[in-house]
Amino acid sequence: MNRSPYLSSAPSVSVIMVKVMLALVPAIAAYVWVFGAGILVVLALASVTALSAEALMLKLRNRPIKPFLMDGSALLTAWLLALSLPPLAPWWLVVVGTLFAIVIAKQLYGGLGYNPFNPAMVGYAVLLISFPVIMTHWPAPLELAQAKLSFATQLQYIFGVTNGLSLDAVSMATPLDYLKTQLMLHHTVQEIAVSPQFGLLGARGGELVVGAYLLGGLYLLQQRLITWHLPTAFLGVLALMAGAFYLVDATHFAHPLFHLFSGASMLGAFFIITDPVSGPTTPKGKIVFAAGIAVLTYLIRVYGGYPDGVAFSVLLMNMCVPLIDAWTQPRVFGHTK
Amino acid sequence: MSSLLNIMKQSFGLGAVTVTGGVHPPEHKQESTTQPITQLALPKRLVLPLRQHVGNLPKVLVVLGEKVLKGQLLAEAEGNISAAIHAPTSGTVVAIEDALIPHPSGLPDRCITIDVDGKDEWIAHDPTDWRNQDKTLLLSSLRNSGIVGLGGAAFPTQVKLRTNAKSHVDTLVINAAECEPYITCDDMLMRERADQILKGVEIAQHLLGAKQCLIGIEDNKAEAAEAMRLACANSPLNKLVRLKVVVVPTQYPSGDARQLIRLVAGIEVPADKRSTDVGVQCFNVATVLALHRYFDFGEPALSRIVTITGNVQKPANYEVLFGTPVPDLVKAGGGALAGTDDYIMGGPMMGFSLPSVDVPLTKASNCIIASSPNLFAPAPPAMPCIRCARCADVCPVSLQPQELYWFSKSSNLEKARDYNLFDCIECGCCTYACPSNIPLVQYYRFAKSEIIAQDRAKESADLARERNEFRLMRIEREKQERAEKHAQKAAGAKAEAAKAEAAPVNELPEDAAMAAKKAAIAAAIERAKAQKAAAMPQNVADAKPAVQAEIAEIDARREAAKQTVSEQPSDDGTSPQEDK
Repeated sequence: MNRSPYLSSAPSVSVIMVKVMLALVPAIAAYVWVFGAGILVVLALASVTALSAEALMLKLRNRPIKPFLMDGSALLTAWLLALSLPPLAPWWLVVVGTLFAIVIAKQLYGGLGYNPFNPAMVGYAVLLISFPVIMTHWPAPLELAQAKLSFATQLQYIFGVTNGLSLDAVSMATPLDYLKTQLMLHHTVQEIAVSPQFGLLGARGGELVVGAYLLGGLYLLQQRLITWHLPTAFLGVLALMAGAFYLVDATHFAHPLFHLFSGASMLGAFFIITDPVSGPTTPKGKIVFAAGIAVLTYLIRVYGGYPDGVAFSVLLMNMCVPLIDAWTQPRVFGHTK
Repeated sequence: MSSLLNIMKQSFGLGAVTVTGGVHPPEHKQESTTQPITQLALPKRLVLPLRQHVGNLPKVLVVLGEKVLKGQLLAEAEGNISAAIHAPTSGTVVAIEDALIPHPSGLPDRCITIDVDGKDEWIAHDPTDWRNQDKTLLLSSLRNSGIVGLGGAAFPTQVKLRTNAKSHVDTLVINAAECEPYITCDDMLMRERADQILKGVEIAQHLLGAKQCLIGIEDNKAEAAEAMRLACANSPLNKLVRLKVVVVPTQYPSGDARQLIRLVAGIEVPADKRSTDVGVQCFNVATVLALHRYFDFGEPALSRIVTITGNVQKPANYEVLFGTPVPDLVKAGGGALAGTDDYIMGGPMMGFSLPSVDVPLTKASNCIIASSPNLFAPAPPAMPCIRCARCADVCPVSLQPQELYWFSKSSNLEKARDYNLFDCIECGCCTYACPSNIPLVQYYRFAKSEIIAQDRAKESADLARERNEFRLMRIEREKQERAEKHAQKAAGAKAEAAKAEAAPVNELPEDAAMAAKKAAIAAAIERAKAQKAAAMPQNVADAKPAVQAEIAEIDARREAAKQTVSEQPSDDGTSPQEDK
């Protein structure tokens, strides 16, 4: 029997997923530091929902449950979705988003390896369209909050026993959101940027989380779990595009670094657009895909109806993947084209 | 620092060319290179499969019970691509029958078995003065040298040495990469017999008329490379042509002929062409050494170096006669250690599990690895493809294995062909790198065989359709011809009748001849009947009278039946057409 090769070098799928989750740990720590421990509850909620939904769906689909639960992909989807949500998101929002991601976006398409759309981003987009107010109400970083939010109060927000507490009391527009609304009121970028939620490069506090994502991303690169193509092309094109607009009119367009360090840019660059299943596989294709996401993200941020545009851009470019792959086939050895 | 510099150089297209993609598994070459090559003791019995090479089966020249001498031709090359088989030692032919051979299919094939007499008695053999002989003569003599590519492909060497105006070879590449893990037979051969190898290179260069000879060695064989460099410096060939040892990075599959040609000569052989179309020919080191033994000593291909390694006591290299049973080699390696559950022929990347350990070593056997679950863990169950494209990153021919997998799995064979499935060299890098443990190469082998089968089926279907169309056309034509004939006959009969009326008494001479013929035929039929009657079963002659009467009755009935059948008119004037 010819079953060669007898050797294997590859880390298993679960090892890859675990390492990606490991790469998220610094960002989660930064989250806790900046917004409080509530995020851990959100993460736990999303994880439990994802694993239960995955197990149930696998059972319904007559698939072996254990190997697919152990591959870690459901858990990773849950984490990525949870980290995209506002830190004090109500429990049902987390559950609905996660269920949508796992049941509809992943399992109904055939489970691991068969989903054409990034499950976490499908869950996020569904929530953003269905519950735009909650989804855009981010709590202020702890250092800016008028009253320090205790962990108990955070739990109250998450589980909806707010006793008259209003989210408005603790929330604050994110810099991307604030910039957009203020620009519409004919303020210049420079006037807007003195507002307290602006930090050195992006959002005050938030940029720490962004930095942690960058750190985690570099770890993924070092571990060869992702290639340079996607993050470089995404961040590069985003910076180029923002830079061009910034050069034309610095009073109406934010600095490129602001775009890199705000919103979901870093999370997207290293953890979202790098989802292999829903992304392209050829090196050139990866560059096209990431560049497309960057252009769309920038356009949505500047001209669209939402403060950030990573999720929609990813989903839009997911649709183009088969075409991108077909058009960017590398030259085969010994062939002229 | 130097590695960083190398990376920079390579990314700017400077410096050495590297394998695109490829992998670097643990080498495990040290184990079997601690002791020199040893001659394996004469086995009691040799089993020589006729199929030890690519191409036609050779024609057997010996008969059962024949005494044969070492080097005697047992089977001669048949057809264009074929290789001869010689007796590796003296003895008696005791069987020419199907036996288990080392092939992944596990199917038996024709073998010649020799009982070894232990005398190791040579047939008369003489060196050839190859420098002063006509090349066509040398090549035709090479036809029965039995030499095939010893790197594992086993392609008849004489075919590769033929040159013509269309395939003019400028560059001779000697493949000494030995990129598969565990295998060290070429490594040891170079360390110990570099001078002999160079003598073989001289012959190959002479036959091809090459202007440069490049010897490609991976950089993990420093000792072998040094020995080869020294041998090159001492070789007279050094003054004739450009002769160079090119050290290439250790990156499997650098030893694939096309990969190595690109690595050492910088030439990418077009996928639809042979290397000779771009002026390059490639031989394994052991193969050129076999050329030296053949021309300079008159010794045909009788033995080779085989590595025994893996889960054995003393991994080493042995010079082994073709046909030697694998267990003899395993025993020489100190025997298999506990846990051995399989024997692999070849390396761990492209080798195959032997159907049984009781098979002979052949010209293609470069290595036997005793395998155990500890050494090569069985692959865990395959998970779905997550499109991580690690397979594409390591593919040395820049295919998209994940797409090919998808197409092969869904039997979308046309698409698989479009994505250049047939450029796949089945090196196994993709499977090696797959985190989902998908046996990708098996899928490609399956898809390739399916496509070939489909092509064949389509070819024969096309042929059958053509034949059927032709048949219908012919039936139609014959029908028309018959109709015409009938019409002519009818017209002829009318004319005849008219004539007969005009001249009724005129007996034509033709009619007289016809009557004589008819009489002769009738006489012949009478004779035949008489003979038939005489030939009636005689075993009934001494039966009882009652039985005799019964038989007579039966015969009469049979006769009557025959009569009725022959009296029935034929319902069709035309004879039935058989169309095949």
